[in-house]
Amino acid sequence: MILTNIESVPGMKITGHCGMVSGSTVRAKNFVKDFGAGLKNIVGGELKSYTELLEEARREALDRMQQQAQKLGANAIINVRLATSAVTAGAAEVYAYGTAVKVQQIEG
Amino acid sequence: MGDLLLVIIILIITYTTGSIIEKNHFKKIRQREIALVKKPVVTFGKKLTTNKKIKNVELVAGEAAISGDYFKTFVSSFRNFFGGRMVSFESLMDRARREAVLRMRESAKHADIIVNVRIESAMLNSSEDTSNNQLPQVSVIAYGTAITYER
Repeated sequence: MILTNIESVPGMKITGHCGMVSGSTVRAKNFVKDFGAGLKNIVGGELKSYTELLEEARREALDRMQQQAQKLGANAIINVRLATSAVTAGAAEVYAYGTAVKVQQIEG
Repeated sequence: MGDLLLVIIILIITYTTGSIIEKNHFKKIRQREIALVKKPVVTFGKKLTTNKKIKNVELVAGEAAISGDYFKTFVSSFRNFFGGRMVSFESLMDRARREAVLRMRESAKHADIIVNVRIESAMLNSSEDTSNNQLPQVSVIAYGTAITYER
């Protein structure tokens, strides 16, 4: 599955559209890591557990989007956007959406 | 009196730790940016024109969650009261964004160009509960399309 966040796949041509696909996830870290982040907030620095949390959430949202596209028979998703929203303290929602398309290598 | 002394001691300690961490972080960011200076990153995608053959296209992303410190929180509460630039938080935002963009670029070292870069901020703190002591932290996701040319 090819993912891009531009309106085409460079080097390929679009042969068919399959509609919009999306995937979202809400994830949280365990209370020990939340407590650790609270302590980090006193001294400052990077919150590694929250960076990890965002990475996991992003991967999962993209994964779910790709599963949906696969069901539609697409082999690429273009114009992918990532959006986040605040659900509750210590949790992250990542929402990924894009347009599923069929692409083909340009000959020559 | 004892309470006031404790607050002052905490402020001095967190000012020291916070500024050391920030200084080191900026130093590292600058070094990494210099190392990657030859790899272009652009915020447009539509007008990309190239005659080179394209080998690989993929979505790349990078995340960073940076926390403030007690001193910054303390100082900014005054700033919030009187209004004006919150310098201590400006540097925090800057660090988080640059770190996220750098991580994205480092995850696509093989690529020749990253186009259509977007930077999205996430809120790990709920926006609603401003009343109960919000911890200042900035979390950022940067993403774009990495393109590798055929050699």
